[in-house]
Amino acid sequence: MMPDNLISALFPHGHTLSAGAENTLSGQARSGGRDVEVLGITNSTPLGPETAIILAGHVLKIVKSDNKTPIIFLIDTASQRMTRRDEMLGLNEYLAHLAKSIILAGMAGHRTISVLYGTAAAGAFIATALSTQTMIAVDGAHPSVMDLASIARVTKLPLDVLTEKAKKTPVFAPGVEPLAATGAVSEIWKLSDGLCAERLSRLLADNQSMNNDNRDVLGAGRGGRTMAADVAQRVEKAFVQASDLKKAG
Amino acid sequence: MIPENVMNQPSWYESSARARIEGLLDAGSFKEILGPQDHVMSPHLALFDLPPAFDDGMIIGRGLIDGRPVAIAAQEGQFMGGTFAEVSGAKLVGLLRAVARNAGTPQEVSTVFLLLDTGGVRLQEANAGEMAVSETIHAILDVRHAGVPVVALIGGRAGAFGGGGLVTACCSHIIISEQGRISVSGPEVIETNKGVEEFDSRDRALVWRVTGGRSRVLLGGADSYVKGDIGSFRKAAEVINNNAPPLSLETLEREQGRLEHRLKAYGNCHDTPEIWVIAGLSTPAGIADLTEDDFIDLLVKEGVRHDAR
Repeated sequence: MMPDNLISALFPHGHTLSAGAENTLSGQARSGGRDVEVLGITNSTPLGPETAIILAGHVLKIVKSDNKTPIIFLIDTASQRMTRRDEMLGLNEYLAHLAKSIILAGMAGHRTISVLYGTAAAGAFIATALSTQTMIAVDGAHPSVMDLASIARVTKLPLDVLTEKAKKTPVFAPGVEPLAATGAVSEIWKLSDGLCAERLSRLLADNQSMNNDNRDVLGAGRGGRTMAADVAQRVEKAFVQASDLKKAG
Repeated sequence: MIPENVMNQPSWYESSARARIEGLLDAGSFKEILGPQDHVMSPHLALFDLPPAFDDGMIIGRGLIDGRPVAIAAQEGQFMGGTFAEVSGAKLVGLLRAVARNAGTPQEVSTVFLLLDTGGVRLQEANAGEMAVSETIHAILDVRHAGVPVVALIGGRAGAFGGGGLVTACCSHIIISEQGRISVSGPEVIETNKGVEEFDSRDRALVWRVTGGRSRVLLGGADSYVKGDIGSFRKAAEVINNNAPPLSLETLEREQGRLEHRLKAYGNCHDTPEIWVIAGLSTPAGIADLTEDDFIDLLVKEGVRHDAR
């Protein structure tokens, strides 16, 4: 099913989006007076090799066209598909290939933005929404690494204890707010306020060095990841010093 | 009886992350960054009454291989399953960013070696761990974009699971041993979610046929296959050079073709021996039973090469 509400909220000036195989969607749209490419996953589909390779193929075709058109990803997936067959075929390579294709598009000058309008979890979340330069959460978005019941099983903690702990820290709880606190989600939009098309064209106009991954700095500012950015920066400084020590020794 | 020269070889699988680093690098050349003495520890484990580690299970630094400067990171699979978490992840991300930033300067390194040994994201700090995996992937691609190869070495007890499977497949080159396993969802997770008839995680032979080093290198999930001793990993690491594929549109187009072909050719198979029959291997049912030397001979004979990733 195509996310018609979302599509009309983002692209009121027209589009050619249509549903494709394996719960994908693709096409072009207008935003803020410019053409954009749109790709997506529909129906909360667990991400398997078929869906991943179709999307990656679209992305690489767009990069090959060499026109630097922005790419908007509309994401409603689930976790990665969990079957023995998919793992045997190397699902990790298919998911990584999709992530690499999206990141390569960013490096090649395409502005990449994901709009999460459904679920996304674990490896499927990493391979899709988290591989774009900017991630937006809208109505219905529910990102997670793993649901609390599964975390309870792995950590061997009762679910109610875990639920209680989740109130004290955003570091492991599922949902938009905790993930925004860690820097994953850039902005949270409401479809009903009629401003999404305008917000999207503003994001597209903002083309300053988008390939600088500063999500850890964002997470520090929002209090969801207090150490990551600082630790990474300390390592970067020490790396140069370690090289000097080698020469002195 | 185990021959003496084999018995005396320390095993990669059995060794600690630090022992693997020592065995891989030129003797005495390792310079650790943010080591245990700096006490940079997870701030989140106390909430779960779990003891932290002074290095958070991630050991990073610089060193030499055959006199060439390299960057190295090793996960300690015996601490919290070698998981990606806020601190362990940030150490790795910081190292990779430093390598990318210093490419072409006097501080540059020739190669990055990632000694992955991980169950994936640390669920006690799931969101921070998930972000660490994503940031690691972005940073690996920046390093490759800067012209420095990133090499994964897989053969530890924890394997390379979850986000670790994705990180592995983002590297320029993957070295694996028979004991190495690469996957996204682990057999236990699939069994818990989909039932024992989907994946019996106690059937060890099945687990290795699906995720293990021999299957991965035959199918294209790994590039170099080595015996399980540290010396063999070192020998494979020595010969890595800038012939590793650059991150480019052309490389990813070739990977697209490689993965499309695999899905078309083997998408209806249920177990790896069925794949080896279609691929025309001479001993499709007996891959697991070959000696290490015979398996390596088979790889040479079949000319197995998957250089697009």
